[in-house]
Amino acid sequence: MQTEKPNSLTSQILQSISNASLIPFLAILTAVILGGIIIKIVGGDPFLAYKGLIQGSLGSAKALSETAIWATPYIFAGLAVALAFKGGLFNIGAEGQLAVGAVFSALIGYGLPEWLGYDLPAIIHLPLAIGVGMLMGGIWAGIVGALKAYTGGHEVINTIMMNYIALNTTSFLLNGVMKDPSPNNVIARTPLIAESARISPLFEGLRVHWGFVLALLVAFLIWWLLNKTTLGFEIRTVGLNPDAAQYAGINVKRTIIVTMLLSGMLAGLAGSIEVTGLNYRHELGFSIGYGYDAIAIALLGKSHPLGIVLSSFLFAAMRNGATRMQFLTQLPVDLISMLQALILLFVAADAIVRYIYRIKSKGERVVLTRGWGG
Amino acid sequence: MDWRRFGFIALIIIVLFSVVVFIGQVKQPPLLIITSMLATTIAVATPLTLGALSGVFCERAGVVNIGIEGMMLTSAFFGWLGAIYSYHIFGFGNWTSIILGVVFAVITGALMALLHAALSVTFKVDQIIGGTVINILAVGLTGFLNRQLFFGQGSVFGGNVPGSPGVLQTLHIIPLTELFAPICGASEICLRNIQAINRVFDQKPIALAAILLVFISHYILFNTRWGLRTRAVGEHPKAADTVGINVTKMRYANVIIGGMFAGLAGAYFTIESVPSFEPLLTNGRGFISLAAMIFGNWTPIGAWAAALVFGSSQAMLINMQIFRDVIPPQLAFLQESYIVGLTPYILTMFILTGIIGRTTPPAADGVPYEK
Repeated sequence: MQTEKPNSLTSQILQSISNASLIPFLAILTAVILGGIIIKIVGGDPFLAYKGLIQGSLGSAKALSETAIWATPYIFAGLAVALAFKGGLFNIGAEGQLAVGAVFSALIGYGLPEWLGYDLPAIIHLPLAIGVGMLMGGIWAGIVGALKAYTGGHEVINTIMMNYIALNTTSFLLNGVMKDPSPNNVIARTPLIAESARISPLFEGLRVHWGFVLALLVAFLIWWLLNKTTLGFEIRTVGLNPDAAQYAGINVKRTIIVTMLLSGMLAGLAGSIEVTGLNYRHELGFSIGYGYDAIAIALLGKSHPLGIVLSSFLFAAMRNGATRMQFLTQLPVDLISMLQALILLFVAADAIVRYIYRIKSKGERVVLTRGWGG
Repeated sequence: MDWRRFGFIALIIIVLFSVVVFIGQVKQPPLLIITSMLATTIAVATPLTLGALSGVFCERAGVVNIGIEGMMLTSAFFGWLGAIYSYHIFGFGNWTSIILGVVFAVITGALMALLHAALSVTFKVDQIIGGTVINILAVGLTGFLNRQLFFGQGSVFGGNVPGSPGVLQTLHIIPLTELFAPICGASEICLRNIQAINRVFDQKPIALAAILLVFISHYILFNTRWGLRTRAVGEHPKAADTVGINVTKMRYANVIIGGMFAGLAGAYFTIESVPSFEPLLTNGRGFISLAAMIFGNWTPIGAWAAALVFGSSQAMLINMQIFRDVIPPQLAFLQESYIVGLTPYILTMFILTGIIGRTTPPAADGVPYEK
């Protein structure tokens, strides 16, 4: 017989957290074991590889700071995908929205003082750079939302197409009008942004910056938006059942557009913060792969903001530790992508994990997407 | 396929061709440009056609497959790897290695599809998520193995990519030139025109196979018992089950057939087009073929027509390179390959709006079957 203490709130919360995180945890465990086997097969030492990963990501203050830096865009982009999931939409376009956000933040960051002819105070310049990047990311996704709402064009293919359009257009801009004009530059990148558009570091001597704190704040904000506001309720209702939402008097079309807009803004923010907080410029190719990582993070975190923060840390730690791992074992950094794919596989197909570990399903199934919708 | 949609397809193709002819006519006679464009269109539409056929088989059986991109990428890698290993390690001849490469690619596609079928039919994972898993897995797997096998410590080839045994050769199966040579006689122009027209039909094996497969698929889907059962499973699995059709088996089989098509598309990239592999080389063509499938209203012939539209926009980009120096200043933007390169993506989004006629997916597309 089980002994339960039904009235203890803390134990209830702990119970629900352990329930929610059991499958993701086992998925990670399975992927790590399978990854170890693959490392063994290709002739590496799995223990040394994992030791390298942990050392490289958590071993020192600098390693921790770098992990937080990696985690920052992951949190924003993961939230972007998760918010869309909550609204029943699948945003595969975080990558493109991120690139658009980064380009515009960089443009405001280096171009505005030139264009105006005088320097702006940081208190105006920085929010403007971030805000414009965020907004453009939002519009980039909002277009797809509007197409979905008014024509039924499926957001999965459209966001992917918008990715290619964004990447082509940024290549065009970064190789052309926005290219860093300094004489010995051959790389497709923008000039450095002005000092007044930069986010300052959190600690002296470490690269981690206030953008990381912003990411955590935004994660809380999204939790609040989804669970405590009318808009959040509408988003979730449309996500669960658009017909019922329509019947209940929710403007489904508007909600779809707003959801995509917000989702794109979060992804755009990821790009803006990378530009203003870390690189101080936009360089072609830095964002490649973030979109897919963001999907994996959103799924691993079960679309819950707290889960996303945690899974962002996991992915960030893997990316950051990969260099150390490569140094210790000579295994290529790309191994991480495969590990992450395996984690995603086991998270998405939780039935496999349930089967391996003999866990009974509670019969719940989260519907995230619905066919092509004609 | 209704006439409105065919008309739209014809219109786009004519417009794209006209642009190139208009610009290039100062350098080459129009007939030569048109035939060259046609030849390129058919060649570059190959992976899109095969990808769209892959989608048609999966979705007619009721399984959404957005993992085609990943299946293509994986097959392209393993096909290429298979060819290289056959040639360098197992010591087969050029041709055997190339053919083995194609076989490897098709098998890889089938295996990836098996994974997708297991995820979506047996484990009832959300099919779009399942497809995304395939795509991410493909990027990770090919990226890792590409680096590890060729550049990693103790790799067989010790840090340099070995030469591939080569690519499939162009076949001259319709001998127009030979047939018309006596008729033309001594007329130089006549002979040159015939040769130009003949170039359209001189395609490589996978390109020719793709066209053949379009019609075979059409026949299978609409004129055989297998096709009827496939469509029944995709439209109304419950009814199909009631009359004794094994829904699970049909879905598995069709997804795997689809995977083999995607595998052949993968072989196009590394064994027919260029003899090399680079990470992410499919570059969204798996997704574009999905759009072709939707625009073709889930029919093989319609999907092929749509694939030709995308093919022609790519052919325009390729042929425009020849005429770079004669592009008039008013049309200077056509020199920017980044901008012209946007055409297929914008076209895809435009087509998906349904302005040119709504399409209807199979009724049970994307819905796992619960007994």
